[in-house]
Amino acid sequence: MKKRTSKASRAMLATATITAPTNLSRRKFIVGSAAAAGGGLTLGFQFPFAIPSAEAQGAGNAYAEINAWVVIRPDETCAIRIARSEMGQGTLTGLAQLVAEELECDWKNVTTESPTPGQNLSRKRVWGEMGTGGSRGIRTSEDYVRRGGAAARIMLLQAVANDWNVPVGELSVSDGVITHASSGRKTSYGKVAAAAAKLPAPDPKSITLKDPKNWKIAGKPMKRLDTAEKLNGEIVYAIDLKLPGMLCAAIKDCPVFGGKLVSYDEAKVARRPGVRRVVKVNATTVAVVADTWWHAKTALDALPIVWDEGPNASQSSATIAEHLKEGLTATAAYASRKEGDALKAIDGASKKVEAVYSTPFLAHSTMEPMNCTVKVSAGRAEAWVPTQNAEAALAALSEESGLPLDQCEVYKHPLGGGFGRRGGAQDYVRQATSIAKQFPGVPIKMIWSREEDTTHDFYRPISQCRLVAGLDDAGKLVALHARVSGQSINAFLNSPAAKGGSDERQLQGWYEKAGNAQLGYTVPNLLIEYAMRNTHVPVGPWRGVNTNQNGVYMECFMDEVAHAAGADPLEFRRALMKNHPKHLAVLNAAAEKAGWGTPLPPGVRRGIAQFMGYGSYSAAVAEVSVSDEGKLKVHRMVLALNCGHAVNPDQIAAQVEGSVAYGLTAALYGECTVDKGRIVQQNFNTYQIMRLAEMPKVETVIVPTYDFWGGVGEATICVVTPSVLNAIYAATGKPVRSLPLKNTKLV
Amino acid sequence: MATLNINGKVHDVMVESDTPLLWVIREQVGLTGTKYGCGVAQCGACSVHINGELMRSCSLPVGAVKPGDKIVTIEGLSADSSHPVQKAWLALDVPQCGYCQSGQIMAAAALLQKVPNPSDKDIDDAMTNICRCGTYQRIRAGVKMAAASAAAFAPANDGRTIAPAERKSKA
Repeated sequence: MKKRTSKASRAMLATATITAPTNLSRRKFIVGSAAAAGGGLTLGFQFPFAIPSAEAQGAGNAYAEINAWVVIRPDETCAIRIARSEMGQGTLTGLAQLVAEELECDWKNVTTESPTPGQNLSRKRVWGEMGTGGSRGIRTSEDYVRRGGAAARIMLLQAVANDWNVPVGELSVSDGVITHASSGRKTSYGKVAAAAAKLPAPDPKSITLKDPKNWKIAGKPMKRLDTAEKLNGEIVYAIDLKLPGMLCAAIKDCPVFGGKLVSYDEAKVARRPGVRRVVKVNATTVAVVADTWWHAKTALDALPIVWDEGPNASQSSATIAEHLKEGLTATAAYASRKEGDALKAIDGASKKVEAVYSTPFLAHSTMEPMNCTVKVSAGRAEAWVPTQNAEAALAALSEESGLPLDQCEVYKHPLGGGFGRRGGAQDYVRQATSIAKQFPGVPIKMIWSREEDTTHDFYRPISQCRLVAGLDDAGKLVALHARVSGQSINAFLNSPAAKGGSDERQLQGWYEKAGNAQLGYTVPNLLIEYAMRNTHVPVGPWRGVNTNQNGVYMECFMDEVAHAAGADPLEFRRALMKNHPKHLAVLNAAAEKAGWGTPLPPGVRRGIAQFMGYGSYSAAVAEVSVSDEGKLKVHRMVLALNCGHAVNPDQIAAQVEGSVAYGLTAALYGECTVDKGRIVQQNFNTYQIMRLAEMPKVETVIVPTYDFWGGVGEATICVVTPSVLNAIYAATGKPVRSLPLKNTKLV
Repeated sequence: MATLNINGKVHDVMVESDTPLLWVIREQVGLTGTKYGCGVAQCGACSVHINGELMRSCSLPVGAVKPGDKIVTIEGLSADSSHPVQKAWLALDVPQCGYCQSGQIMAAAALLQKVPNPSDKDIDDAMTNICRCGTYQRIRAGVKMAAASAAAFAPANDGRTIAPAERKSKA
């Protein structure tokens, strides 16, 4: 089995010269990283050709860095630099395909390397943004990585032209072999890379990128570059790290959010095997440090701790639900869209439909629990961490260690799942750094127990939604009023975007503006409102973010309105979508592939949904049955996706399949409830995850139009749950308005 | 103190007898392919074979393991990722983040050991490990692909079917 991902990638670019940034404001960097869950860092972005490539190349190195993205070795290996995090979503392979496509190298020779955030900073952010969230990994770096590959190709060809003294236009290249047709001469990338690396980089603006119609590597279902090491225990996740002299830490944060650590009785556990010390991590958290994690964890379980739970200990799911319910009818709300006069039109409508929906808090539950290893020595801090945002991790390490950025470094490991949990909030990096500071020179590996992971997440925000529709005599939708009441992620992050409750992000998927998360329906009288109702529970982005809740609200309500109008749910939608041809095309693609309207086996019913998020258009058809006892089975799901450019169809299918599992888990079981101010669910026995037996057959239809670049990882999850709920509605005649389904008797 | 036979190698480890086998494998023996996911035998990321039986090692005290018990972890399933399950997983690009896949592969290998040609129901019943990335559809396909490569399996003397790796270790 050929190993495609170099082990060296984890300690990578060791030979590259790292110089301290001289004019970099640490404060500015940290300010930028704090908002990183929602966007990028604020540092000026340098185009990837800003640094003369030869500069970074030590003399005598057995490789040639053509530019920041491409390194070619004498054995023809093409190491492609990947700045974004790989958490299973396939971005590593997709980005390598895009670079390789323009580079015209032999795909069989491609390996990947990951620059560190310290290297990125020292080279004036030559690799651009490293943060990997919002399904942006490919779509917001495709242009500069492709130009990076193309620039390297141009330099490699120029080196040959110079050597052979022929016009560069007479050369051709395929699979890394350069040919001069008239003389019959051939050479290869590995032989000319050292000379090419010394040439000036071409003006990126002068580069014409390939038409996707001519793609040979991109756009194809290439095998992932990182599969082999995941099959034999070889891959090293951060949780697997072993360093000389390393100690392990287990931590416990106050069970009630907003509570405080008062005291702990170290003497009670000090003599337990392996225990080194009990340390205060911060105002709310205590840790036991021991020789092994098991010793640390069991000592922590035995440690008497006194908490000040604070006023939030009176909070419960019931109090939170009341708080949100009030927002549904409160006088004041932020009106995001106001077209026509929806309230008046509803009053005057011949038929009125009204429904209230609700969705709970959800944990991410990455399979690899939160963990981070940190070593703080005199004048140097290092972190080994699974992170979706290595630069935010670096900022957290710097801030918590008190050392400037140029004395800090972060080594990113492959993530055992991300789903938004490991993005902007680098809480676990801060914790591990705080512990490590108390053990100078000793690497501290901090691992959260699953219980800690489930009870101290940044949860998908809870919300409720009231929708009212007005129909005319002909059953046409003439007015729609949607009011979401719920918690704001931006408010939790203290972002200006939530100022005064005007948080557009909470209405994701219902925007008027095209291109990102546009509502696919035209309704003459439309009122879309948000009533911000925050709670004490920390919240954050969760795969698909607010498209999950808003997709359920809008798409399930559409079925209820279609039902009231006596219309077929597909036809009812089509009538509202004439101004939204891309939404409509995807809906039609799903309906066609699923055979909408064709006979089904006895007891099986279909449901349909369409929605937009992350710049991509999605639709789904679910086929379900509900037994006489109320047992649900999801048999088949067809999902259609227009993500603009399809870089790796097989990995897109994998993401669609994954979105079904993640979405269905939430629909069936997902719920974090609050009692006495804390999250009740602790582990997978109470926070249930869907297993293989419940996985429906998933069919993916990719309908790329190649006129935009959309996201993939989070694009399709928003249509999973509503299509299933609509199929249940078709099967039982009763709409489901509250999640998860485990709390609802279906018949 | 415990004596463990892991992947054909004997390890004497200093450890309290109530330590879960998972943590002994990871922290004392140093084999980190076997993962911690929940600690309560729910997710199966810690799955290993003990005398050919699938076990969730996070909930098995090391004191319950006998010195003669043969433990196989993902590192020992085959010498070169040649087990039919590993080959099928590679062919279908089953893993996404990969964290649960050691356990999934060990579960699939144990299933095929017992049921060489599993039905969908057999796969439903046997493959109960959690995957958050949602690779279930490909896991199902991978089990079937591995089963179909029946040539890789040969009947053992006792009539069982055994994988090449086990044949090699017995030789």
